[in-house]
Amino acid sequence: MIQAAAFYNDWMRKALNLPPQASTIAEQVDQLHFFVITVSTVAAVAIGLAGLFFFAKYRYRGKQMVGQNFQPGLWFEVVCVTGPLLFFLVWFFIGFKQYVEISTVPDDAMEVYVMGKKWMWKFAYPDGPNAVGVLRVPVGRPVKLLMTSRDVIHSFFIPAFRLKKDVVPGRYSELWFTATTPGSYEVFCAEYCGTGHSMMRAEVVAMKPDEFDAWLAAQRDASIARQQDSYQSSQEPPRTEANMVLQGQRLAGEKGCLKCHSVDGEPHIGPTWLGMYHRREQLSTGETIRIDEAYITESMMDPTAKLVAGYGPVMPTFMGKLTAPESAAIVEYIKSLRDPQLQAQPSEGPAYEPGRRP
Amino acid sequence: MSLAVVPEGSPLQAAHEEPDYIRAKSGVLSWVLTLDHKRIALLYLGTVTVTFFLGGIFALALRTELLVPEHGIMDAMTYNRMFTLHGVTMVFFFMIPAIPGVFGNFFIPLMIGAHDVAFPRLNLTSYYLYLFAVCLGLWGMIHGGTDTGWTFYTPYSTTTTTAVLPILAAAFVNGFSSILTGVNFIVTIHTLRAEGMHWMRLPLFVWGMYGTSVIQVLATPVIGITLALAGVEHFLGTGIFDPARGGDPILFQHLFWFYSHPAVYIMVLPAFSVASELIGAFTRKPLVGYKMIALSTFGIAFVGFLAWGHHLFTSGQSVVDAGVFGFLSMLIGIFTSIKVFNWVGSMYKAAIHMTTPFLYALGFLFLTVFGGMTGVALATISLDVHWQDTYFVVAHFHFIMAGAVVLMFLGGLHYWFPKMFGKTYPEGWGMIAATLVILGFIGTFTPQFFLGNEGMPRRYYSYPAHFQWLHVTSTIFAYILFMGLLLTLIYLVVALINGPRASNNPWGAPQYEWDTPSPPPEHNFSATPVINRDPYEYVGQEIIENAN
Repeated sequence: MIQAAAFYNDWMRKALNLPPQASTIAEQVDQLHFFVITVSTVAAVAIGLAGLFFFAKYRYRGKQMVGQNFQPGLWFEVVCVTGPLLFFLVWFFIGFKQYVEISTVPDDAMEVYVMGKKWMWKFAYPDGPNAVGVLRVPVGRPVKLLMTSRDVIHSFFIPAFRLKKDVVPGRYSELWFTATTPGSYEVFCAEYCGTGHSMMRAEVVAMKPDEFDAWLAAQRDASIARQQDSYQSSQEPPRTEANMVLQGQRLAGEKGCLKCHSVDGEPHIGPTWLGMYHRREQLSTGETIRIDEAYITESMMDPTAKLVAGYGPVMPTFMGKLTAPESAAIVEYIKSLRDPQLQAQPSEGPAYEPGRRP
Repeated sequence: MSLAVVPEGSPLQAAHEEPDYIRAKSGVLSWVLTLDHKRIALLYLGTVTVTFFLGGIFALALRTELLVPEHGIMDAMTYNRMFTLHGVTMVFFFMIPAIPGVFGNFFIPLMIGAHDVAFPRLNLTSYYLYLFAVCLGLWGMIHGGTDTGWTFYTPYSTTTTTAVLPILAAAFVNGFSSILTGVNFIVTIHTLRAEGMHWMRLPLFVWGMYGTSVIQVLATPVIGITLALAGVEHFLGTGIFDPARGGDPILFQHLFWFYSHPAVYIMVLPAFSVASELIGAFTRKPLVGYKMIALSTFGIAFVGFLAWGHHLFTSGQSVVDAGVFGFLSMLIGIFTSIKVFNWVGSMYKAAIHMTTPFLYALGFLFLTVFGGMTGVALATISLDVHWQDTYFVVAHFHFIMAGAVVLMFLGGLHYWFPKMFGKTYPEGWGMIAATLVILGFIGTFTPQFFLGNEGMPRRYYSYPAHFQWLHVTSTIFAYILFMGLLLTLIYLVVALINGPRASNNPWGAPQYEWDTPSPPPEHNFSATPVINRDPYEYVGQEIIENAN
């Protein structure tokens, strides 16, 4: 009996092209899915076949033939309403019950903070370690994700867990699950968020509890050194606002410039800042310019006005988001990033090319 | 092939001496400044044909790009603009105006025995507002287009660097066209019915257009307000939807779907009402459950206003809200199933005349039932959590919304082609094209249900390789669909120029509009007609009541 149920579950899941069931909720959601889709398919095919059958049986045979005026009366309409209604009510109640379960976070759930931003997922564990793109969780323990967005709406979608929740700027949304099977599962951003939307992927790695605990402990020990967010470097000098360059460096991190511009010559979504000042760049119009303070400032306020050739018009304007002293500080920071050897070379083109991961 | 079973001494006596509306006047001005509802209908027909093919070409470009998981024929930015323009063009410029603009304008007056709509000048104004919106949209597309999706979700739409304002403005202006058409039809149906045309004699097409008009008048102002707020926010940074300024991005979704969910019925109710006419004409017997089909229209229209929250199950609304919206959404399925069962019931003991329009009706029936049932499946809240924003949703709304509208637009076009133009289209080509369109449609979107199940999110430019074979299948059928549409365009244009003359009632249909000459004279009737029969009644037919 149990074997038959398992066979049915597995067979239907594959027939419907569903991913593995890797969370506690996944199998029951799938059972409802099978029920609903089977009834829907049978209904649609039956009505299609009824149409064809009636056509075969009651064909027009010429000679101005007309059909019989058949009016079945009220019972027919009652059947039309109650038949589907019974199914719909059952589906509604099961679905609602499951939704309540999906929405009710257990008290003992382990918390992980999730931040979505264009176009990556960042994960932070309360006691230290951070990660980008890989969320490690223990199997068999409830995990609560506390999620927010730094820019636009994203949506955290784990198909193998049958779960999804929008990640909204300005508020925290919650999503909880208990993974059942160790393995690696795809995470997609499901709410459209711009050029890199389809590249905003991550993975959930479900680990055996003891392996997870060991990993977490190792991360904690080395948390400062292992910070994956490279621009908040641990060697950063103590903050003093007296120096404009240091202020610019801080602002570049806070205002999100470094999401797209690297400071070490690495290709990224935008041109690297290393050696940018006084570099000769070819614009998308074909014109060649020498980058100066005016160009940098204009590019902050009206980014699409003069694009470096090969880069998309993806940078948002910082008009109104940066005060004049702040933009000046960023310019000073960029000016400080000079490398005599690189000065003469134009930039290489974006690292983010459509269809490739940044 | 005149099969006319029209009662003798027809109540809708037309002036046979008068020239038909196409020949009544000549010159460009007589077309562009016309107040004749039939000529305005043809202006709409020309424009929606252009927008339909434009939207279709965008769709084909998208499908072609999706043949490969990574970069194919365009970059991500172009792809994002392309799906936005596909959605905007198809929703605002094709599906919303198509059936009301063309068939509503042409046939409501003919069906209720009126000489024109209530406000002919307003009618022309509606058309020009629509045309202006289309031009504004095209201008926006040429100047870069926008990449927000047709849903314009904030804060993405208020921060995008692309040209979102012209597209927002186009949708905004189009709303006025929609409202004015709605008002015009409501007043026409209330005040211009001929003697004897009481409410329970209204053809179901008119009932459907009435329900549609009510939604247009009540819901469209909300989208106008919402798009205006989004536009102002993009332009001035007012902060209504921006959390950094104390606004709420989810508020936009509530406002947007408060219109855009009823807008689904602005699109499909006309399609349902065309289906009723086609099934009424080609089963060659009175429809089963006329009253129920008519009244269920208002059930859908009413509950349609209370279901918008089912678009927000994963956005962050309370569990109670989700429950209420989920339950109400299912009621729409009940009202739709009333229609479906009555349509199928109408085929029982019928004399089914298989023609191109009826083949479209059969295809429509299948798409509507499966599309509708997957709608109920999506309203089942826990299932929606997995399917929300995946290709399952894309497949669902293309089945029920696009499938129903496109198939019934084409079905209606073939059905009424002889009446509108006085020409006959080639039946053989019609059946071939209809088969291609229906199979193309089913073949394009069925793989997308499976893509959604597997977790493929919508609006994805690139995707993991394990999704590829389903995408390729979908794309192949999209080309078949497009070939069917192209074939239809070609033979209809040829028939328009060179087709054999059509008789007044080539189908022998019982509906009132077939009592006029083909094409009808400029003023429809020489004298206001008197209606003395029910809409789907064949003369001499006895009513066989079921014993129960």
